[in-house]
Amino acid sequence: MNTTFSSSRPLNKQEIPINQFLQEVFALTKRLFLQLIRRPSTLIAGVLQPLIWLVLFGALFKNAPVDFLPGGMDYGKFLGAGIIVFTAFSGALNAGLPVMFDREFGFLNRLLVAPLQSRSSIVVSSIVYISTISLLQCFAIMSAAFFLGYGWPEEGGVLLVLLTLLILVFAVTALSLGLAFILPGHIELIAVIFVANLPLLFASTALVPISFMPAWLGWLAAINPLTFAIEPIRAAYSSSIGLGSVLIRAPYGDITGYECLLILIVLTIGLFFVIRPLLNRKLI
Amino acid sequence: MLLVELNDLEKSYGSVLALRKLTLTIPKGALFGLLGPNGSGKSTTLRILCTLLEPDSGTVVVAGENALTNPRNIRDRIGYVAQEVAIDKILTGRELLELHGELYHLRRNYRDKRIQEMIDRLDMTEWIDRRSGSYSGGMKRRLDLACGLLHEPELLVLDEPTVGLDIESRSKVWSLLRELHAEGTTILLSSHYLEEVDALSDQMAIIDSGKVIANGSPSELKKELGNNRVTLKVREFSNQVEAENVRKIIQGVNGLHDVFFNRAQGFSINFFADDSESLSTLRSQLNEAGYGIFSLSESRPSLDDVYLKATGITLMDAELEVSSKRDFKKEAKQSMR
Repeated sequence: MNTTFSSSRPLNKQEIPINQFLQEVFALTKRLFLQLIRRPSTLIAGVLQPLIWLVLFGALFKNAPVDFLPGGMDYGKFLGAGIIVFTAFSGALNAGLPVMFDREFGFLNRLLVAPLQSRSSIVVSSIVYISTISLLQCFAIMSAAFFLGYGWPEEGGVLLVLLTLLILVFAVTALSLGLAFILPGHIELIAVIFVANLPLLFASTALVPISFMPAWLGWLAAINPLTFAIEPIRAAYSSSIGLGSVLIRAPYGDITGYECLLILIVLTIGLFFVIRPLLNRKLI
Repeated sequence: MLLVELNDLEKSYGSVLALRKLTLTIPKGALFGLLGPNGSGKSTTLRILCTLLEPDSGTVVVAGENALTNPRNIRDRIGYVAQEVAIDKILTGRELLELHGELYHLRRNYRDKRIQEMIDRLDMTEWIDRRSGSYSGGMKRRLDLACGLLHEPELLVLDEPTVGLDIESRSKVWSLLRELHAEGTTILLSSHYLEEVDALSDQMAIIDSGKVIANGSPSELKKELGNNRVTLKVREFSNQVEAENVRKIIQGVNGLHDVFFNRAQGFSINFFADDSESLSTLRSQLNEAGYGIFSLSESRPSLDDVYLKATGITLMDAELEVSSKRDFKKEAKQSMR
């Protein structure tokens, strides 16, 4: 313990605000990925679970009547879009958990006493991390669906899938992070995730089309944000259905693919505006 | 020159008042000890200073800057080592230090150089590349200290830095703090260990129920109590009535003052004597009143005596009293952001 401290600090520091912000985001994201690489069980489970869904549900409805699905679509192909969206949704819904654990273990305080250029780097790093994971998982599912004979998105369809997923992941991640800061602990957050997850899946068009549902459930599915993400992705998988066509025959009217995306974008922006003051209160 | 000025800080958690108009100043270059029992408001004070918590009222000025309006500038100047060691178990010690360097915006070369300095200085070479989940309490504490020091803060703030540490780790932390102090770093540490504050600090304050009740250098504070601290027993196990009577006799002697009972030691009587003549007067007066002397010992006043004088009870009794009333679950929630 003999070395002495060096001096002349300012030259040793990054001074440009945007570079400082990027430095923070990069460091915080790197931490999340290091955790993932060294504890990959969440990622493995996150890929395995939807694959099991795909195989089991695919088999369950294999012999459904031909006119059961729009355009006589094969059930595996129909289900693929639902599972992709559900996977991205579940992953993003869990985004708040690491932040909640950081709060509980006091690690967040470590970040909050640092002179962060903007504390939104904590939020941005979570979004970057969850988006990357979600896209990785979705590619795994799309590949599996392809090998199961359920097809691959049509030309340009991959971009549409990515775009739709990113909008959904942004919205749900923001929601989950917001919850991670208002709920008292991880038990409560897990409870909310539990309650939200499966009902939202069943009350959407992930497993069956609206025409198959009782009227009340059809209403729920027609206002469920998951439906607005599932249908454009389903269109990406189909050669006959474009974004301009009516994708949802909702009880309140017909909705085209473009309208689905617009609704998702408006919803995401709306959520950011609701959650921002909440995060600001906790993080500034 | 003052580095830290806390004025009239008030903070409450629900109905519990944690700070009551706490005022404290810390000169630049000081090794300042904040002494008080658990739950007296030490951690709240430090958390407000480190911009983790906003006071309900009052002002915080660090190096002439208002910490409540310019928290970012203050964060850059402070290294904070919290009481609970929060370490990401999955990362190695080196990775945690790197993360810290990035969050304080150090340039890569400089960051790596500083990390190496810290590793050498805190003897961490052997285990720094192991995952921190396997570290002992002492190792974690040293890593935590390294994190706090990495960006060369002007002010190092440590909340109970040696709680739960083994003797070797504690002495390592102490010697590091002494070295840093010698190099000119201002250090503020909170502790409920009297000997820690006594051994390390050149300035100190005693904090009780959210306010400062004594302030100065440990030697000044002890000196104010007089030359000698005396513990007197007229019998091996006395009682309150007898102790009260003896107190009256002591209070009647010139040069003897600040008389307290120690119930835990069979009503032994503690007081301070300015000179030895007053003690001989006491001996003859006790004799006249028919009291014998079972034991009478003299020692230099300690910080415990300073605490006793300021609060009327010993620090240990205060700890016992407080610990029975504390709600640790509630406190954990308070420290969460």
